[in-house]
Amino acid sequence: MSARVFVPADAAAVAVGAEQVAQALARHGADVIRSGSRGLYWLEPMIEVETHSGRIAYGPVAAADVPGLLDAGLGDGGGHPLRLGRPEDIQLLARQKRLVFARCGVVRPGSVDEYRAQGGLRGLARALEIGPQAVIEEVTRSQLRGRGGAGFPTGIKWRTAAEAAGARKHIVVNADEGDSGTFADRMLMEGDPLALIEGMIIAGFAVGARKGWVYTRSEYPHAVASFDRALEAARGAGLLGADVLGSGFAFDVEQRVGAGAYVCGEETSLLDSLEGKRGQVRAKPPLPAHKGLFNEPTVVNNVVTLASVPVILADGADAWAALGYGRSRGTMPIQLAGNVKHPGLFEVPFGITLGELIEEIGGGTATGRPVRAVQAGGPLGAYFPPALFDTPYDYEAFAARDGLIGHGGLVVFDDSVDMARMARFAMEFCATESCGKCTPCRVGSVRGIEVMDRIIAGEEVEENLALIRDLCETMKFGSLCALGGFIPYPVMSALTHFPEDFAAGGRAAAELAAVAPEGGGRRAAPGL
Amino acid sequence: MSVVAEWNEAAASDLIAPFAAREGGLLPALHALQDWLGHVPAEAVTLLARAFNLSRAEVHGTISFYHDFRRHPPGRRVLRLCRAEACQSRGGGEIGAALCARLGIGWGGTTRDGALTLEPAFCLGLCAVAPAALLDGTPLGRVSADSLQEAVAEALP
Repeated sequence: MSARVFVPADAAAVAVGAEQVAQALARHGADVIRSGSRGLYWLEPMIEVETHSGRIAYGPVAAADVPGLLDAGLGDGGGHPLRLGRPEDIQLLARQKRLVFARCGVVRPGSVDEYRAQGGLRGLARALEIGPQAVIEEVTRSQLRGRGGAGFPTGIKWRTAAEAAGARKHIVVNADEGDSGTFADRMLMEGDPLALIEGMIIAGFAVGARKGWVYTRSEYPHAVASFDRALEAARGAGLLGADVLGSGFAFDVEQRVGAGAYVCGEETSLLDSLEGKRGQVRAKPPLPAHKGLFNEPTVVNNVVTLASVPVILADGADAWAALGYGRSRGTMPIQLAGNVKHPGLFEVPFGITLGELIEEIGGGTATGRPVRAVQAGGPLGAYFPPALFDTPYDYEAFAARDGLIGHGGLVVFDDSVDMARMARFAMEFCATESCGKCTPCRVGSVRGIEVMDRIIAGEEVEENLALIRDLCETMKFGSLCALGGFIPYPVMSALTHFPEDFAAGGRAAAELAAVAPEGGGRRAAPGL
Repeated sequence: MSVVAEWNEAAASDLIAPFAAREGGLLPALHALQDWLGHVPAEAVTLLARAFNLSRAEVHGTISFYHDFRRHPPGRRVLRLCRAEACQSRGGGEIGAALCARLGIGWGGTTRDGALTLEPAFCLGLCAVAPAALLDGTPLGRVSADSLQEAVAEALP
């Protein structure tokens, strides 16, 4: 009998050769099953073989390793330098609390039978049993907060939409995961898409919505395809449609694909984009819960938020709320990326410190150089220096240090990073992605680039630093949404924690002076 | 996913029609046109405006708002290279600059022989295997200037 081998079809595993590994295994007669990823990306492509004593993992495997692995007795979990042992025992997986991502990398994505066998649909069954009111109470009591970045209490959002008058209501999933350093939504939609579908059905049932929409970014072709396949499977199994699991409740879901605009991750801009318009931000109020998609009551939730809901319903709000720190309850799938030795998804209860995450879990930088900065929460998040590594992972603790946890991404930089350049990049990104509706963001970001260029060139540095601080204040308090409003976080944190890179004669200035032809080119920093 | 079809007004109208009947169908219609033609040609604006009962300005405004929609056909292959922070932290910036220099094009440019278009992406969600790119639909991770040039070699002059 041929060995059953699990090979991730996750886009990041495919990016490092999983497809070739799967083909090589199939050529040698293995029964290849395409799963999602466990999220231990430094070990990808990581394959798992089913043996009598459970699964045994090997990684990182290249296609060229396949004959040797088979010679070593892969089918029986035979010894080989790439053998990692039982995946559950791999230290950095064993240390996690996998609740939302429990099935990711384990099941065949979109298989309703396997989903059910691994604990799926218990949450939905309980929801249908206790009724909409009790579901909202359960979610409220769990203290679940939106995982997209804003951290708004999910139960309150649902109650508002449930109480809003309207013949038609909508559940909208924000799968426009644009923050650099984040990939939890992608991983889940590729590895366990039914968890999102189950969460959406529960949300629809709770607020009285019959239609769900998923707005997925175009940069995620694999997630789009995987989720569409899961929708088909869910319809086939009677999970979606006119009579959800025989309950009489009707619910269906449609996926729409974005078109490369970062700002469409902002919920009101996303709604305009779903309506087929320019993705421009709307002024609030009215809240989407009152007037959202097509001006009808709408719940807009992130992928991870909704995928957390089945866990809460299945195991109870108390079990969820028992985990965490301060007002941040439950687990958070934290994503480690960039220049880090162990990049991947690390789901743990809130409260772990930034230092534990970067040094112990992440293992420091991939380049082996000292960590200089960590950007937390995507392009709108602050840069933290190692001096702040005692910060607990918690919405309020990060805010108290002028940062944010955002969608859970952490991007690590070693000591070669030039923070003045990163501050300039933040302004440039904002200028590229601004929707153009409000002046502080549209014009402020362009002025921000110009001011940063003058600082980097060493022109009137003190005056220009005062100007950029003032500009950041204006953008922070005057912008309509989080794009212009939060871009000051990376800029100001870079300036606050790494002032030496902004001083006349900072890193970029020194580089400029080194390359500028004498007496020509851009002006080098004075005093050099 | 090399591109392909020539503009044909009747075929375009047929393609667009079902989307006009869907709520918020303009974006899916634009994607369908671009999947078919590799870009959204100017001729399509009038057709879309008529089908969706919008002004041409509204259709143009929507097309031009989104980075994805091209106004001109791309090269035979499209490489989207990530320029966001996580990839920068692994040397993505230098790799991009080296590739631009090697191909003799800037961001958004197409090589003179029409073989390859280089587009920037701001995050592909492949941050754990940075630096990353998408060559047509295929994800590439842990790329170096050399491995990327190898991957696009067949498209090089």
